[in-house]
Amino acid sequence: MAIDPTLARELKASGVHVTSLEQLVNWGRSSSLWPLQFGLACCAIEMISATMAKYDMARFGAEVFRPSPRQADLMIVAGTVTKKMAPQVVRLYNQMAEPKYVIAMGACAISGGPFKEGYNVLKGIDRFIPVDVVIPGCPPRPEALLDGLIALQEKIRGEKLTGSARARHADPDAPAEMPIPECGAHDIVPVANRGIWNPPVIEREEGGAE
Amino acid sequence: MSADPAVVLESLRAAIVGLRADLRRNPGPAAQHSILVDPDHLLPVMRHLRDHCGFDLLTNLAGIDWPDPKLADAVAVPDDAGDAAVRAAGGFLEVVYHLDSTKTRGAPLVLRARTADRSDQVSIPSVVGVFRSAEFQERELFDLFGIHFTGHPDLRRILMWDAFEDHPMRKDYVAPDDYEYEPTPHGDVLEKARKHDPPKP
Repeated sequence: MAIDPTLARELKASGVHVTSLEQLVNWGRSSSLWPLQFGLACCAIEMISATMAKYDMARFGAEVFRPSPRQADLMIVAGTVTKKMAPQVVRLYNQMAEPKYVIAMGACAISGGPFKEGYNVLKGIDRFIPVDVVIPGCPPRPEALLDGLIALQEKIRGEKLTGSARARHADPDAPAEMPIPECGAHDIVPVANRGIWNPPVIEREEGGAE
Repeated sequence: MSADPAVVLESLRAAIVGLRADLRRNPGPAAQHSILVDPDHLLPVMRHLRDHCGFDLLTNLAGIDWPDPKLADAVAVPDDAGDAAVRAAGGFLEVVYHLDSTKTRGAPLVLRARTADRSDQVSIPSVVGVFRSAEFQERELFDLFGIHFTGHPDLRRILMWDAFEDHPMRKDYVAPDDYEYEPTPHGDVLEKARKHDPPKP
């Protein structure tokens, strides 16, 4: 049941804080996001910089980088995901406990970036794991990572824990583990998890895109 | 000793009996001449350069795929006295060695060695026994070009995964066809775009 905001304000003025369990849980989750401590390329340097004294990610409750996926809530995919590395990234994601969130940081993690048409780089980690926030940049500055973190916190604070619009981790039918791709003879197999990755079909205008 | 390939080649000829090697001149402004060595003589040449000519540092190995052997000799023209004109009809793979000296200054000495062809006779002796720094670089050339270094202690793929079968740096490598939408395709990507996203009728 929703709380009447006017009533909540009046009560707050008289020293009574009214909240719902959902808001309380989401507030707690959003305020103590523990990222998984791993980096894949140069974006990781910016991620490290964001945690250090100058940018100080600890201000947002996300400074406790965990060396084990079992203790982490947030996976920051910071850098180029090669096809050789992709199965390990998905495996790390599977080993994280729910609720878990993913930030794709930088052009490579989003789409393959400058290596997109190459033979050895995955064209975006969202082909295999669900991504909550994407941060463009090559690499994104630490401020951009902090902005992405705040965006993720806002997303978590707005999550529904019950009902039909509930979050993925609150839905018992939603898959918690993603299938791990295999490195085949010529390419990664399969090239994408069609259950979560279905790009729209875009019709090309002849001459328009040239 | 000077890194002038002509001087080094004279020294090599004096030291190794029946040496099959010749000077390849680079006609470009870089004028980085090189020595083309027959693979059978590669190890004695490397040992001589290390022990007697002061080249104690193998800094770099590069691979080149020459499907058309005429192109290979167009960029590094044989010297007049060339006697090791290795030319395979179907092209060959080439390894370029950059040798430096920590004792003397100057440009690196460039050596080349060529395989017999591009398909089944792709062996070149490993120089890991002479220069340990070649180990990973030879693995990389094996991985990306498919050059087999005989005598290498641990010849495995180093960048691509073990189950991978292709050699991506070869000119005839065909990348997996996993095109996805590009907003501004051009060049090869435009060809892929035409194939995968046919224009509206």
